[in-house]
Amino acid sequence: MGIGMAWLVLDRLGLTENGVCIINDVSLKVGAGRTAILGPNGAGKSTLLRLMHGLLRPSAGAQHWPAPLTQGMVFQRPVMLRTTALANVEYGLKLRGIKTPERRQRAMAALERVGLPAIAERPARRLSGGEQQRVALARAWALEPQVLFLDEPTASLDPASSREVERIIREIAASGTRIVMTTHNLGQARRIAEEVLFIDSGRVVEQSPVEEFFTRPRHVAAQRFLEEETP
Amino acid sequence: MGEITTSLVLAGELVATGDARLASIVTLSLQVSLTATLLACLIGMPLGALLAVGRFPGRHTLIVLFNGLMGLPPVVVGLLVYLLLSRAGPLGQFGLLFTPAAMIIAQTILIVPIVAALARQVIEDAWREYREQLRSLGASRLRAAMTLLWDGRFSLTTAGLAGFGRAIAEVGAVMIVGGNIDGVTRVMTTTIALETSKGDLPLALALGLILIAVVLAVNTAAFMLRQWAEKRWG
Ligand SMILES: Nc1ncnc2c1ncn2[C@@H]1O[C@H](COP(=O)(O)OP(=O)(O)OP(=O)(O)O)[C@@H](O)[C@H]1O
Ligand SMILES: [Mg+2]
Repeated sequence: MGIGMAWLVLDRLGLTENGVCIINDVSLKVGAGRTAILGPNGAGKSTLLRLMHGLLRPSAGAQHWPAPLTQGMVFQRPVMLRTTALANVEYGLKLRGIKTPERRQRAMAALERVGLPAIAERPARRLSGGEQQRVALARAWALEPQVLFLDEPTASLDPASSREVERIIREIAASGTRIVMTTHNLGQARRIAEEVLFIDSGRVVEQSPVEEFFTRPRHVAAQRFLEEETP
Repeated sequence: MGEITTSLVLAGELVATGDARLASIVTLSLQVSLTATLLACLIGMPLGALLAVGRFPGRHTLIVLFNGLMGLPPVVVGLLVYLLLSRAGPLGQFGLLFTPAAMIIAQTILIVPIVAALARQVIEDAWREYREQLRSLGASRLRAAMTLLWDGRFSLTTAGLAGFGRAIAEVGAVMIVGGNIDGVTRVMTTTIALETSKGDLPLALALGLILIAVVLAVNTAAFMLRQWAEKRWG
């Protein structure tokens, strides 16, 4: 099942925190280049993303990367260091031991790709939410990860910023990076994703190609979700 | 009442004329306490950061210990350092007792726990916020600790300041290990204690005023730095 050759396999993955089951027995294969994780608030989307990225240790089951891939993640509320936007983008490169002239160049190039070369020298924490989101994308992108996890990359952004971020995501995907993202914006999922994972109460109850999910959702919870979310 | 007024006037004169004895006492005080603060920051801040982000057995015990040691009585620290540095003590051979170096050592020991415990709190709060982001970018724990120290540099001034405030104001430790030797180890607090007991109020008062002014000035400067930093860096 699923689109494309699997590059990530989840095998009976589970996470229980303080006796509460947050992710429940998830088995699936991710093979698509662009995957959207959909589901109601509190369903476990962010948690699943963090499990995949290795920030959380599963309490049951395992995940398996058929071939090791470099990863990055952009958080719903990205954390900016108290320094300039450019230095924030440079930070990850610095951790990889890349030296100054090249580092600065790559960071600057990443800022240019997200359309923000003008704010390179501005303090990152003073930027608007949309600008910070784009700096975070540039910071992740500068490392050229093979997989990029995005947690609600356009939540709380205005339509113009959302479109801009969507353009950037598509460009990142076009550069060959696999994308796994959560979103509450169904139009966005439709525009970006090839495949949808629908999660409900910690269980992934449906994995479908995007057109199929939006026209013929199989699981009753997904059908209800789509009815409620579409005006 | 008249005596106090006279003393205040005399104190004012001492300050205004830049009295040499007064100046040397103030200078030594600042030298000793600023050096101790610097050393305590160099030791205490990385220690605080490691306590905040580290994972090793005994971490909780250490945290409780350092919190407790924040209230170390200066006389007890003075006594311990005295025993270490006295001729029969383990470090007696260096002949440090009754020198400014001994006073620096004592004050450093006194305030390392304060700096470390306050730094730990600052870094721990930041760690909660930054943890996943830094890990995702590929930072090891050690690297993350260094990043957080740099990122929290303005908040951390508070920790350094608390240490300095404690060092410059304490009497017990410097009195015991310094000996309050005129021209050698006399600092503001020990002079105030001695001159008050001898009845030389003008000098004691002048020093008292300067002490208050120094502490206020340092705190004001740190407050302004933080305000500026908050505005500039968020
Ligand atoms: N450390 C934790 N301890 C206990 N419960 C947790 C913990 N972390 C998350 N949860 C719970 O797990 C559930 C899933 O959380 P998660 O953040 O993954 O949801 P989500 O699908 O991303 O929701 P949203 O759409 O609101 O972002 C929530 O009910 C949340 O309260
Ligand atoms: Mg979420």
